[in-house]
Amino acid sequence: MATDFAFPDTGAKSAAAVAAQEFQTEKMSLSMGPSHPSTHGVLRIQLELDGEIVTKADPVVGYLHRGDEKIAENMTYNQFVPYTDRLDYLAPLANNMAYAIAVERLAKLEVPARCQAIRVITAEMARISAHLLGLGAYGIDVGAWTVFLYAFTEREKLYKLFEELTGARFTTSYTRIGGVARDVPEGWTDRADAFCDQFLPILEQILNLLTRNKIFMDRTVDVGVISREDAIAYGLTGPNLRGSGVPLDLRKDKPYSGYEQYEFDVPVGAKGDCYDRYLVRGEEMRQSVRIIKQAIAKFPGGPWYATDAKKIFAPPKDKILTSMEELIQNFMLVTEGPQMPAGEVYFEAENPKGALGFYVVSKGGGVPWRLKIRAPSFCNLSILPKVCVGAMVSDVVSILGSLDFVMGECDR
Amino acid sequence: MAVIPVSRKPLTFAERTYIPQILGGLRITFARMIKPAETMEYPEQRPEIPKNYRGVPTLVKDPNGREKCVSCQLCEFVCPPKAIRITPGEIAPDSPTAHVEKAPQAFDIDMLRCIYCGLCQEVCPEEAIFLQNQYSMTGLTRAEMVNHKDRLYELGGTLPDQHHKWDKKKAAEEHGSAAH
Ligand code: SF4
Ligand code: SF4
Repeated sequence: MATDFAFPDTGAKSAAAVAAQEFQTEKMSLSMGPSHPSTHGVLRIQLELDGEIVTKADPVVGYLHRGDEKIAENMTYNQFVPYTDRLDYLAPLANNMAYAIAVERLAKLEVPARCQAIRVITAEMARISAHLLGLGAYGIDVGAWTVFLYAFTEREKLYKLFEELTGARFTTSYTRIGGVARDVPEGWTDRADAFCDQFLPILEQILNLLTRNKIFMDRTVDVGVISREDAIAYGLTGPNLRGSGVPLDLRKDKPYSGYEQYEFDVPVGAKGDCYDRYLVRGEEMRQSVRIIKQAIAKFPGGPWYATDAKKIFAPPKDKILTSMEELIQNFMLVTEGPQMPAGEVYFEAENPKGALGFYVVSKGGGVPWRLKIRAPSFCNLSILPKVCVGAMVSDVVSILGSLDFVMGECDR
Repeated sequence: MAVIPVSRKPLTFAERTYIPQILGGLRITFARMIKPAETMEYPEQRPEIPKNYRGVPTLVKDPNGREKCVSCQLCEFVCPPKAIRITPGEIAPDSPTAHVEKAPQAFDIDMLRCIYCGLCQEVCPEEAIFLQNQYSMTGLTRAEMVNHKDRLYELGGTLPDQHHKWDKKKAAEEHGSAAH
């Protein structure tokens, strides 16, 4: 006996659609990432597409979650410094500095001028290096290979300087609570200065490849427009906020580490599209060079760590080796951690990606009771569902590149 | 405070034809082409390693061949990823350095855990552990990636000792006992 199966008659359906004079489409869902070259790491965006147009974009984060905040509760303040390298791993020196200052604020500790200047120079170099990567990778995202190669050549020169200063190219772990790990080596500031001098013309060259290039402009102008109000409402910070025309720069508005001594301008965009964000980053590099040159020109002498903070910063090595008192002090410091008063503090620094904040709650002693990290990339990504809607799939790539996020920090 | 709006001028007619940008770009790339290469043929050519580089952690001996580590275990404590394992041991009483009393019986650094942070070197009160020049470590198994004590001394070699702390101590002790 034959069985009748009810096959859906697709032909009949489309015939009905034709009869009703409507074109039948179905929304498609597409997972962009977590391993997609333009998501710069492990971001997944759950897209809902109507043909080529995005109707919904849902960022799925957390693939790189390592529990940094919890880890911090289980080690002394200094032991956590290497972990801050791995937040925004494109600018570890800036993270090191933000973390150190946050904890120093908790201890109400002032570091000497030389230490502040070292930190400013390194943080600005980190900014240049992070923006160079952002720029180079953005170039690749929208189809310009050469920019990437030139940007990386310059970045390599910076890494040589970092390597000489901190002993590592990438994971610098340079600051300590109350100072830095080591003083600048002989002649290092001159080499940093020389780098700045040769960098400016090359930066112009790199930017010239893109700024007036119609192919690049076609991909970025009027794409991913973030209005001033939206930028504020979504809590964007850094170049993404300034690209939308809000002149907020913590280095100016809440100066730390002696930023008030340096002259520099805050570039802002007019429209808030991808092109503006690109322009702002380009200009910020020029301003960073200005800051570095000023800081080197009046590089202060004196100690490079807080010499009076006996319970926070380790004594010099030759003292540890020769004197019993310093030896014991070193043991106490390492095993108990830098001694902090009870209390809580929140500090934000203007990092390359935006405002990196550390909220430290201490119950006294050398280990934080709770440490919360406000990651700029995480907040900046929150606007994706808003800006991607109505854009084409290829524009999503352009928008992601222009937001310049880093997942190590977003997922922490 | 100086806020500068970034300039964005509309493209000129010529620029809209793509041609000036393409020619300008080609000029830059051709100029770069005749410059010396920035890259390096890696395993044959090696980058220069600066002083105080943070490579693989190693143990060192002093110029007299004494192992400097006294197994105080401070590095083991501080190491953030807990890569170091130390089993403390005694120095034999008939040894010329018996007055140092302790030396590690076993000292393992798991290079799969180590993050080259340099904290061990920083806290060591004996200047016994150093991150030196070697930066590439390979192994086919997990066990191979654990550096044991012998390997650590082999990698570390001998470093000059500025302080000769234990020699001085011994001299002082002998001097003191001779006086009695
Ligand atoms: S290497 Fe240094 S810190 Fe580590 S156990 Fe030996 S003496 Fe102590
Ligand atoms: S370098 Fe850092 S991670 Fe490696 S053994 Fe020393 S303390 Fe541990």
